[in-house]
Amino acid sequence: MDSAISIEAGGVARGDVGGASVLLRLAAELVSGQIRVVDLTQTLAPEFPQISLPPEMGQCWPFRIEEVSRYDERGPAWYWNNFSCGEHTGTHFDAPIHWVSGRDLPRNATDTIPPEDLIGPACVIDCTAESAADADFLLSRSFIERWESVHGRIPARAWVLMRTDWSKRTDPVAYQNYDETGQHTPGPDAEAVRFLVEERQVIGFGSESIGTDAGQAQYQRPPFPCHYYMHGAGRYGLQCLANLDQLPPTGAILICPPLKIRNGSGSPLRVLALVPA
Amino acid sequence: MVREFARPRRKNPVLRTRLPNLPPGGRSRVALGLTAAAALGRFELQRCRDCQAVQYPPVEACSRCLSVRLRWELQSGDGLLIAQTELAHSNDLFFRERLPWRLGMVRLDCGPTVVVHLHGDCLPAPARVRVDARLDRSGQAVLFALPDTETANMADDPQLREFTCDPRFRKVLVTDGRSPLGQALVEHLVKAGADLVWVGQAEPWKQFPGLDALRAMPQVSIVPLDLTDSSSVRELAAEIGGRVDIVVNNAEVHRTHGIGDRQGIETARLEMDVNYFGLLRLAQAFGPALRARAADGPTGAVAWVNLLSIYALSNYPPHGTFSASKAAALSLSQCLRAEMRSAGVRVVNLFPGPMDDEWNQTVVPPKVSPAVLARALITALKSGVEDVFPGDVAQEWLERWRDNPKALERELAG
Ligand SMILES: [Zn+2]
Repeated sequence: MDSAISIEAGGVARGDVGGASVLLRLAAELVSGQIRVVDLTQTLAPEFPQISLPPEMGQCWPFRIEEVSRYDERGPAWYWNNFSCGEHTGTHFDAPIHWVSGRDLPRNATDTIPPEDLIGPACVIDCTAESAADADFLLSRSFIERWESVHGRIPARAWVLMRTDWSKRTDPVAYQNYDETGQHTPGPDAEAVRFLVEERQVIGFGSESIGTDAGQAQYQRPPFPCHYYMHGAGRYGLQCLANLDQLPPTGAILICPPLKIRNGSGSPLRVLALVPA
Repeated sequence: MVREFARPRRKNPVLRTRLPNLPPGGRSRVALGLTAAAALGRFELQRCRDCQAVQYPPVEACSRCLSVRLRWELQSGDGLLIAQTELAHSNDLFFRERLPWRLGMVRLDCGPTVVVHLHGDCLPAPARVRVDARLDRSGQAVLFALPDTETANMADDPQLREFTCDPRFRKVLVTDGRSPLGQALVEHLVKAGADLVWVGQAEPWKQFPGLDALRAMPQVSIVPLDLTDSSSVRELAAEIGGRVDIVVNNAEVHRTHGIGDRQGIETARLEMDVNYFGLLRLAQAFGPALRARAADGPTGAVAWVNLLSIYALSNYPPHGTFSASKAAALSLSQCLRAEMRSAGVRVVNLFPGPMDDEWNQTVVPPKVSPAVLARALITALKSGVEDVFPGDVAQEWLERWRDNPKALERELAG
């Protein structure tokens, strides 16, 4: 065997040490089930709730789909659809250019983001109980530090995912959670975001609700701190994530490349996590 | 005396649903003048400008002096019933199914003697009556004689009901319950005796004032409906399409922009998506079932109502993209009317002036209130009118538009 590498059924790679063998071992462990792939994506469907702005403002399109043909007079042997949506529809990625604070950064749009930024480790902070008790729960620096005291320091260039089980609210009314004062969904506070950006050098922040910021984040200082600081520092956002309950606190690898839209501010995407079985 | 229209018994589900037949629909071009007026709820006949003779039937030249200077003029319709009869036999499919049928002959105070369909409460000749031009199921004007004073159950005359779209005992879909107009429509339809009103709600997470009041009405059922989402429209049609007798499409998006004061096309596209494509989606989903049930008993499918705007006739530049979307909807409603006509289902268009709602907040009165608009719709359904211009502003615009559309365009341009 001139490649000096073989893979056994158990998924153990032999031979060269180095990058190639790591990848082959990864492939083998995916096949054997030692590494599980968890889909963190909500299904794109018209009923999935959409971010709502005051009606006089510009609006992001919800997901819509129209049939082109279905083995019929419009196309006898084939079925296909046209769909439409905004860059920030469904489970989606926020690029730094999305926010005014990140507008002048280099490589800040969906087509220019370094591709190596789109695969990285994930730290999952469980805020389920707190979010259930208080829909306006804000993740604080001290809460993160307590998490670190159990699970270790958040490594540089890691994704921090805020698990709230919000994605389990399958009723759109409960998911959006509006009252007359607006939306009530959990998110980070300004100090926590600055801590993650400046002292932990995270690559991005992900949430299960409709924004990376809390529902009432327009009243924080600055308004929408997660958008403001993350994107201002060239970091990314993921929202409307699902299945975060299937991830370990540490040890998962996130794969989250947005569509390569020229000068795009974000895009719907499929988010996958590789998880040790 | 005409008896009060009673709730029809439930139909026997093993019997075939009958197909609609239409009364004779052919008319000469000049006779369509009668139809054009009746569509607005007016009884007009031609008057000769030379000898003043009022003409009937509609003619190209004066029946007395041969002058071609004829003008359509509003008539009171007052007259004397001089003869009546009851049709016992007809080879026409429409009348054959409705025999016996009362007919009469009326000498109008304005001159002509006319053959009329005769209301059951008209006293035997000689008797004073009031003649009106009504649209029949073919969408053509015919003359109908009513008693000259109101009788107890006047609207319930079985012959008259063939010309009207009374909501009583019918099941109605109102496509949007969020707006004050939607809520007024529901309230007035219920008051008019509708059995059941389905009320559409898009984006259910957005609570709106009045939702609880809607829910409190026992006749009301809130249903998910988003006219921008084809699957939502199809799903609702699958669930209730076979039961709806009247569709009232009041869902609209109204933004207050022209071309130059708003960058991009996003708001204009949303207006078009709801006001034009929404109507198209709704018509494709609900139209076929409505047509199929047009002869489904005395409370079968009967009408389709569109909320347009007076701006559909001529663009109001401060609300320019909204006007354009309503003009598109008007055009499509004409297509819908043509396609529904084969079943005799009436398409009613509402052309209000500025409504007293949040998007006309800065428009100075007079503005038409939701209640006035809702009442106008009920009246239109009960009288069988096709085009409704409720309120003073709409009436004034209509007159100016009929008189000189180009002049109106310039006036609206400010
Ligand atoms: Zn004459």
